Amino acid sequence: MSTSAITSPPVPFGRRIKRFMADRPLVPLIILLVILVVILQILRPGIVNERWIANTIKFAIPLAILAGCQTMTMLTGGIDLSVGTVATMSAFIMATQIVNQDPSVAFLLAMMPAVLIGLVNGIGVGVFRVHPLIMTLGTSLIGTGCLQVYQRTVIASGAKIPDFLAWLGTGVTWGFPNALLLFIPLAALIVFTLARTGFGRLLYAVGDNERATRLSGVQYWQVITALYVTSSLLAGITGLLYIGLIKAPSLSLAEPLVLPSVAAAVIGGTSIFGGRGGYTGTIVGALILTVLTTLLTILQMPEGARRILFGLIVLFVTAAYLRIVEER
Amino acid sequence: MSHFLRRQGWVIGLFALLIVLFIATRIIQPGYGSGDFGSLARAVLPYAFAVAAQTVVVIAGGIDLSVAAMMALTSVTAASMMAGASEEHALFVVPFVLAMGLVLGALNGLLIVVTRVPDIVVTLAMLFVLQGAALLVLDAPGGGAAGWLKALISGTVPIPGLPDAVDAWLPKALLVLIVCLCIIWIPLRRSRLGLSIYAIGSSELAAFRSGVPVKRTRIIAYALSGLFAAFGGLALTMSTGIGAPIPGPYLLASVAAVVLGGVALGGGKGGLLGPIVAVFVLRLVRTDLTLLAIDPNVTAIIEGAIMVAVVMFGAFITMRGRQ
Repeated sequence: MSTSAITSPPVPFGRRIKRFMADRPLVPLIILLVILVVILQILRPGIVNERWIANTIKFAIPLAILAGCQTMTMLTGGIDLSVGTVATMSAFIMATQIVNQDPSVAFLLAMMPAVLIGLVNGIGVGVFRVHPLIMTLGTSLIGTGCLQVYQRTVIASGAKIPDFLAWLGTGVTWGFPNALLLFIPLAALIVFTLARTGFGRLLYAVGDNERATRLSGVQYWQVITALYVTSSLLAGITGLLYIGLIKAPSLSLAEPLVLPSVAAAVIGGTSIFGGRGGYTGTIVGALILTVLTTLLTILQMPEGARRILFGLIVLFVTAAYLRIVEER
Repeated sequence: MSHFLRRQGWVIGLFALLIVLFIATRIIQPGYGSGDFGSLARAVLPYAFAVAAQTVVVIAGGIDLSVAAMMALTSVTAASMMAGASEEHALFVVPFVLAMGLVLGALNGLLIVVTRVPDIVVTLAMLFVLQGAALLVLDAPGGGAAGWLKALISGTVPIPGLPDAVDAWLPKALLVLIVCLCIIWIPLRRSRLGLSIYAIGSSELAAFRSGVPVKRTRIIAYALSGLFAAFGGLALTMSTGIGAPIPGPYLLASVAAVVLGGVALGGGKGGLLGPIVAVFVLRLVRTDLTLLAIDPNVTAIIEGAIMVAVVMFGAFITMRGRQ
């Protein structure tokens, strides 16, 4: 122990901390989460109990899945701002189609816009090389327009929330939210895909050095198209889960989740420039943001201040990560 | 030949397209007259300023995602300051709001230069921040606007010696737009600073080696963008009489018009005239769709699809140009 300390060259403390944070972003994130929970407990003694934890997890799960979309697209240096619209569309279509249709048919109908928007995003970004931000913003605008037209055609038939989705979204069994039944396999799949499969490696490769990846014979547009379709499908599934949680179909249902989903992925240590990051950090990031939102609500901070805070978080965390990467 | 076509022919082609669209509008609606043109000019006004804001930054080799949020913030600030205040108070509000846009834009540029985070991330973060600030100023559409400001863009300009029939085709809104843009753009284009903006957009390294103060120029480009966005926010308040904290679809529209106007998204190319004409083209398409009695929601879809197609086309051209 002492010999190794003598032989290793002295590294400044601050530098060591930075290096540690860069290598294991999960540790400081979990510490931050615990600190936030402690502050919450101090401000409102007794608020942190079993029910509160279940509730927090319930609200963090849709955010975490959407942040998963952002994580995967950010790994390639992209971003997907259409997730909010896609989630809203699938939720709204599900709630209105279930009235006259078989659940499986309604489910397929609800997933259709997700696949379409993902496909258009992927082709625009992968083939035409539009910046992902502009592309996904454009498709989300078109999607919102389509939804408004669609709303008129179903205004007479009404809407209802399928019991199964309500059970999945809000139900709690033995203290555990039912949504975990969906989320744990999904999260495991994303983590596994990113870390252990060829597709995951391609995402990191494309984000790290696109030119080198292409010269090694990777079909860039195929990777990107598959990525954006996957991202949209995840967003569609989130929409179904979220409607079970919120239980009120509206045309801007999941829109408020878009901004925090970007922030959660950035906080979780995924670089917005691509090539670095992972999903486990993002999950903790989503939990942090959910707790932070509770905290801000208790402090009676208005919605505007919350948005300012999220924007500043994205900016400062990105700048900090840039510094850490540059120092190496 | 192709170089000449790309430089001048693009704008000429856009003008031709605009004229064709006007003729098409007259065919669809034979009664389309000067009054309708006036309302078109009023509708174009905020879009045109948003596009001008985007153009300056794109020429300098960047992109500004906070344009729409900046317009929302300046608009609600103006509306809430003018609500219930005297007419003279607005004389103080207008320069204040413009200065606010200039400072916030410069802040954008400063953050990009200091943190070295890419402009797309910085302006995205600023989009969140400005949106939040707009909600803090007014949490629901409201406020007011001074009477003389509203009058500034309604009606037409009477020019002595010209028959009324000609006067009627010169709406005040169009004149306001031309004057505001020319006052800023023409001196800029002819100055050393304007040249520097084109230089850093064309090649930052080459500009740096030729002694162009790259950082300062970038900050100024973003400050000008903020100023134009503040004009846009004022135009919103002037035309609606209130301020709305939720940004309109100006970001995508501005990028689409910039691309359609022949400004390369890589930077260093193009002018302001092309994008402004492009805005008129895009707005006139919308007018035509409305005149054809198409459902307004469907119109929004078609408009969005056109903008996405234009941006895709522009990206395709840029990609081909690089190869």
